[in-house]
Amino acid sequence: MRAVSADELAPSTEAWPVQATGLRVKAGSRLAVDGLDLTLGPGVHGLLGPNGAGKTTLMRALATVVRPEDGRLRLLGRDVRQRKTLRTLRSRLGYLPQQFGFYPKFTVRDYVEYMAWLREVPTTAVPAATQRAIDRVGLTGRADSRLRSLSGGMLRRAGIAQAIVNEPELLLLDEPTVGLDPGQRVEFRELLRDLGDGSCVLVSTHLVEDVVAACTNVLLLDEGRLVFRGLPGELARLGASDGVGDSAAERGYSVLLREHRSAA
Amino acid sequence: MTAHISAAVLRAYATGELGADDAMAWPVEAHLEACPQCQERLADEVPGPVRDMVAEARLAVLAQARNGPPPVRRRRLRRLSHRWASWSVLPWALVTLLAVAAAFLLDETFAARSSVVLMLAPVAPLGGLAVAWSRRSDPAWETVSGTARAGLELLLRRTVVVLVVVLPLLAAVGWRLGTNPALWLLPCLAFTAAALLLGGLIGMSRAAALLGGGWMLAVALPTLIADRQPVLVQPQSLPGWAVAAVALALLTLLRAGDHRHHTSWK
Repeated sequence: MRAVSADELAPSTEAWPVQATGLRVKAGSRLAVDGLDLTLGPGVHGLLGPNGAGKTTLMRALATVVRPEDGRLRLLGRDVRQRKTLRTLRSRLGYLPQQFGFYPKFTVRDYVEYMAWLREVPTTAVPAATQRAIDRVGLTGRADSRLRSLSGGMLRRAGIAQAIVNEPELLLLDEPTVGLDPGQRVEFRELLRDLGDGSCVLVSTHLVEDVVAACTNVLLLDEGRLVFRGLPGELARLGASDGVGDSAAERGYSVLLREHRSAA
Repeated sequence: MTAHISAAVLRAYATGELGADDAMAWPVEAHLEACPQCQERLADEVPGPVRDMVAEARLAVLAQARNGPPPVRRRRLRRLSHRWASWSVLPWALVTLLAVAAAFLLDETFAARSSVVLMLAPVAPLGGLAVAWSRRSDPAWETVSGTARAGLELLLRRTVVVLVVVLPLLAAVGWRLGTNPALWLLPCLAFTAAALLLGGLIGMSRAAALLGGGWMLAVALPTLIADRQPVLVQPQSLPGWAVAAVALALLTLLRAGDHRHHTSWK
């Protein structure tokens, strides 16, 4: 006989990996996310928005790097303000920041291993998890090259590898397709679909076609608020006859932004 | 383990008469997975084309093993060094070395004047702490600061690295000058703990600048200009330093959560 802790009885999978109500997050002295209500289920969610819409600040808050100013934020069923559960919560997150800094002297393997250790992957599982993450982003041949010798696109992929090394249940990718060539972007979309199979993936980007091609869900953020939420197809439908842009989805995006701004 | 598979059933399985969706196939497969004897019997039963295919696959696997990338060597030392070292500290270590060496030369040349080394000792680790835990000097701070181990655990590792640089240096200099070791050690540790505590609230770099600047302006400069040892670095003030160091260290542990967020990296 033994005592069962409340933690063990808590449901292991949450209906909503991300649950935010009235979320306010500051970037410097400005409220970049201002009263955001958001629930995200499993799947790949594309986060669109113009520059300065608060995408990166929202990502930082979801990655638990920045503490929200106000409002409620529950990730994987845990409140981010709860200090006791923050550590276990963080070991289930994966995050690729927009300004992805790295140690130039590390090799890809060093870097991914170091991040796996920081994310508390069990010590014995670190080498295999590292190899798997590197293989998944297609850097197998360059695993032992130093980071400073890699091109921009390869660096991004190394960044994605470190974010998925712990098989996160909530994966946050901030501008992951910057610097990838067209072929790599197609491969990356496939990886995204694969990742979104069991976990919740939030991809922030300003490339509308990435969202349409790889996401199950589109979110549009403007001035710190959620403006639109729907399927990629809806975006294309909105842009079928109106708006500016090269593709239907891009036109739909511009229509939505214009409507929101004229209403405000 | 169940009894071995009968010859008739095995033949049916080998030739494909016993389909994969046949319920009878399940116990056969479960048994085959664990029984080398039946695996061998199955090998004799399978028709020629299947045998050729398996042989071909085996050759391909062996070729891959021969020509593919070699397995990664064990890298325990390398891994250990990455987990402990913070490379951004290196330039700072050089500056500290030079400052302590200069202070030592001054003290040795002007033995009668108040000790510069003792004035430098409390603030010697602060520069390192500011560099080891800062947005500006750690390029990967944003990736690191959202991970499970980020926080006081990682900060303490980096603090240990800084102290491993500073303390032997001060020890060597103090020994050459014949100073009481507690006179430089306790203030040094107390200031380190104070920086860790304050750093959680306002950011490590800011805390280090505030404490270092404060000490320099309020104590070190007046002392060196007026040339008298202040009561702060006399043996009678040692219990005070000890109490301060322990109290600040305990408070730092209590406020460990402060280092989990980005404010600590300012």
